[in-house]
Amino acid sequence: MLSMLMRRSALGLITVWLVSIIIFIGVEILPGDACTAFLEREAQGLLLENCRRDLGLDRPAWMRYGEWAANALSGNLGVSPDGQRQISELVGYRLRNTLLLASGAILCGIPLALFLGIVAALWRDRPFDIIVSTTAIAAMTIPEFVSATLLILIFSVWLGWVPGIVLTSSNAPLAEFFPEVLLPIAVLTLVMTAHILRTVRSSVIETLASDYAQMAILKGVPYWQMVIRHVLPNALLPTINVVALTIAWLLGGVVVIETVFNYPGLGRMMIDSISDRDLPVTQAIALIIASVYVGVNLLADLLTMVANPRLRTAHLRGK
Amino acid sequence: MTTPPKSNGPIVAVDGLSVGFRSRAGAWLPVLRDITLSVGAGESIGLVGESGSGKSTLALAMMGYLKTGLHVLGGRVDFSGIDMFAQDRQSLEKVRGGRLALIPQNSGQSLAPNLRVGAQIGEALRLHSALPEARHAARVLDLLTQVRLPDPASIARRYPHELSGGQQQRVAIAMALAGEPEALLLDEPTTGLDVTTQAHILELLRDLARETGLAMVYVSHDLGAIAHVCDRVAVMYAGEVVLEGTAAQVLRDPSHPYARGLLASIPKLSDVCLPRALDGRPPPPGGAGDGCAFVARCAIATERCMVERPDLSRLADGAKTRCHLPQQVRSIPLSGEHNAQRRQLPVELSLSLEDLAISYARIGLLERLTGRDTAKVATVEGIDIVLRQGETLGLVGESGSGKSTILKSIAGLLPPLHGQIALRGQDDLPPRVEDRCAKHLRDVQLIFQNPDESLNPRQTIAQILAQPLKLYFGLSGQALIARTTALLAQVRLGAHYLDRLPSQLSGGEKQRVAVARAFAAQPVLVLCDEITSALDVSVQAAVLELLDDLRRENGTSYIFVSHDLAVVKALSDRVAVLYQGRLCEIGPTVDVYGPTAHPYTEVLLGAVLEPDPDFVPSLSASDVVELSPPACGCPFQRRCPKRLGAICDQTEPPPRTFATGHTIWCHRDDLAAPLFS
Ligand SMILES: Nc1ncnc2c1ncn2[C@@H]1O[C@H](COP(=O)(O)OP(=O)(O)OP(=O)(O)O)[C@@H](O)[C@H]1O
Ligand code: SF4
Ligand code: SF4
Ligand SMILES: [Mg+2]
Repeated sequence: MLSMLMRRSALGLITVWLVSIIIFIGVEILPGDACTAFLEREAQGLLLENCRRDLGLDRPAWMRYGEWAANALSGNLGVSPDGQRQISELVGYRLRNTLLLASGAILCGIPLALFLGIVAALWRDRPFDIIVSTTAIAAMTIPEFVSATLLILIFSVWLGWVPGIVLTSSNAPLAEFFPEVLLPIAVLTLVMTAHILRTVRSSVIETLASDYAQMAILKGVPYWQMVIRHVLPNALLPTINVVALTIAWLLGGVVVIETVFNYPGLGRMMIDSISDRDLPVTQAIALIIASVYVGVNLLADLLTMVANPRLRTAHLRGK
Repeated sequence: MTTPPKSNGPIVAVDGLSVGFRSRAGAWLPVLRDITLSVGAGESIGLVGESGSGKSTLALAMMGYLKTGLHVLGGRVDFSGIDMFAQDRQSLEKVRGGRLALIPQNSGQSLAPNLRVGAQIGEALRLHSALPEARHAARVLDLLTQVRLPDPASIARRYPHELSGGQQQRVAIAMALAGEPEALLLDEPTTGLDVTTQAHILELLRDLARETGLAMVYVSHDLGAIAHVCDRVAVMYAGEVVLEGTAAQVLRDPSHPYARGLLASIPKLSDVCLPRALDGRPPPPGGAGDGCAFVARCAIATERCMVERPDLSRLADGAKTRCHLPQQVRSIPLSGEHNAQRRQLPVELSLSLEDLAISYARIGLLERLTGRDTAKVATVEGIDIVLRQGETLGLVGESGSGKSTILKSIAGLLPPLHGQIALRGQDDLPPRVEDRCAKHLRDVQLIFQNPDESLNPRQTIAQILAQPLKLYFGLSGQALIARTTALLAQVRLGAHYLDRLPSQLSGGEKQRVAVARAFAAQPVLVLCDEITSALDVSVQAAVLELLDDLRRENGTSYIFVSHDLAVVKALSDRVAVLYQGRLCEIGPTVDVYGPTAHPYTEVLLGAVLEPDPDFVPSLSASDVVELSPPACGCPFQRRCPKRLGAICDQTEPPPRTFATGHTIWCHRDDLAAPLFS
């Protein structure tokens, strides 16, 4: 199991490395660079060349990649050309804000999805299940900006409970984000719950139909004991990976939500940086998202391995 | 805690039970029709029938349990006087797994994968036993010992996936015994197990029944197993009991046409012929019409059978049959036609394997550098076999003996460690399938056990068959259609199957399509891996007949892998017996099954159960699963009942070849097993 774990970790690191190369190449291909963005669009000749020399943009690509990667490893993500501020500092605040959104959605979404999914499966085809399943499908198919707009319309325009837009500046203390942050969290929770719930529901239904669940009934195990001891532990194993995927999606999916709510998070920063040709920032954010993606999936694999007796005891049968 | 069984009344009584489901159109379609049966204390009754005949539904209904969608349409089930379908959940929970216990078909899947087996048996004790909690752990070990599992303490701590199939089945039996039942329901408890394991488990069940006075309901499609454990037998067809009587009445000379057909379709060790296929298919639920459900397949049906449903009526000898013409049934034969004469085979070689060794262990760089002995890790070793054109070689051995491994290697899916695989005596096959040319690929075809896994569910039969025709022969248009139709006709399927999807075919039909696909390539050699084990006996007989006909028409050679020794005997010209990946014996079928046999072959043959109530198997060796061959000497030394001593442990037995071309690898020179002659 240990060697498997190490293999997975190594694989994860390689993935992040490959992604960093792809990000770097992708940004290279984009027309323009930091200097064309920083100076006027028409800037030409000496001015542009000087700027490029100052920022080291005239060196070959591999050298710049090497420097960028080495700095990124030591936590130095470079300096933004405009305000001459540390990118790591700018990105840091944004990351914190996005994490606030994401952790809110995760803390509400996962328990809710588990509860609803399990109950819907146990009460399959009854009104509760039908309502929950239809809502979940709706939440998955309606684009996020539409559901966001709907929620804004209901809760801030009609009921006036929470503001529909976030005006807090990105480096404000976390407390100042309340209650504005609640609506974006609600939208993310909605989508996330829908995805996880559907997996949980179908996995529980499948396990309820398994031979061992039937055997438990025929062995005289009371219904709830059967569900808790025989069905749920086996049914929830495959959902660990889906949860991980959803969390990873969450960090990318915030882009839309943050834009709709004007929330100062990582996603919006990425959009802004792309349109401003603020390439070091784009690269930094893309790298962070990729690392989280890989990290979360690694964690899920680890959890599955610990929770599944088949994998846990695999080493016993190896030799 | 058990209440002593009531003195004479039946323990389980089924009275006029009908069970069915509602079709999409809203009609009730019966799965069980008007079943009346009873089992008394100490009695064991067998339920036999093809898949889909309702055996398992009936057994589960005896526990007051129906699968989702099924409903009771009439009648009742009583368990020692209580109506099982009128109970609430709590009282059912008390009975189930306690006084009335089930041993399921596939214990591997019926044990919860997340709980140690000791905990699962303990759970049954907690629910149903009067023992104080503190004594449960010791009782679990007792139970595991009672089902003859070695080292119960270590078994109790394992998870189900860490046990072999036979061990899982024993755990399921121990779990059922934990509640000290009065009646045991067994749903195909030995299907899928090796012959030796099956024989041992049945022996165990018989002993248990004798010791404890259990009533048993034994569901199986295997008449051999039924003959061995049951006093009475009920034959089911399309949801009805069509024949009920003592084991001797039903299995010797049954008075129902279906039972006779079923008996004739079973390959028997004592026969020298292919079994007789029972043509046609049972009607689907609700499709039985007004007459006899068996009328479409019955050889002696009359006008009356079409319109009037026969009752289950008592015959002079006490057996009950559901047939209008019980006097005429004796004209239906009980076995296939004899074809004892040995076939003359052409002398041209089809396949030769020379000193083949195969291993799953990847030989890493380290082993190669340090030059570690690679032979020790070989799963299969020292295989020398030649196959002539048109010859069928049977490959037998217990699970894990390397039968599939050898086929995979011939097909190029698993490159051997060393050794040669040659076609037609001179044409060496490259070890890897990627390196083989189109001609080689065409020449060797593989058919798998489970057609569901090998046929693409999204392709029609026409598309499935067209693939090899396009690939190997470049056929298209009219020629392609003509050839696919001809292929289907070869496997006795009509052209109307061309547009169907695999899911719209029965198991036997799917396997025929798989056979047709293999023959589309016009192969020299067809490798068959347990291709009939998933099929009903009557369907199996049809597939065997088909293979034999195709061989006669095309001169193809087969390697036929099966764990069923009677099937192998019916089809093969020669047989090779494999233990732990090493050859024990190879030779003409009559010789291998004849009086001179390797001790391992003798053990295997002794464990085969014939469908005859007086037949006694001879269990001469344990059924312990061995995980790896011994380091030196005879591979069978640890289980051999005829072991000579040190010589067997230290020296590899030399091959001895008799005049008939029969070779045995054993140190004994007095081998003679008078079991079958
Ligand atoms: N993929 C694999 N990796 C490692 N070992 C394997 C693998 N597949 C099979 N084996 C081992 O190889 C041996 C031979 O297996 P094989 O499947 O050929 O047996 P078999 O005779 O066909 O058995 P069965 O009747 O169960 O099909 C067994 O010990 C098995 O555990
Ligand atoms: S009733 Fe008629 S059709 Fe049915 S089994 Fe008897 S003879 Fe055959
Ligand atoms: S060589 Fe010895 S151990 Fe092996 S089969 Fe013969 S008698 Fe038995
Ligand atoms: Mg196999």
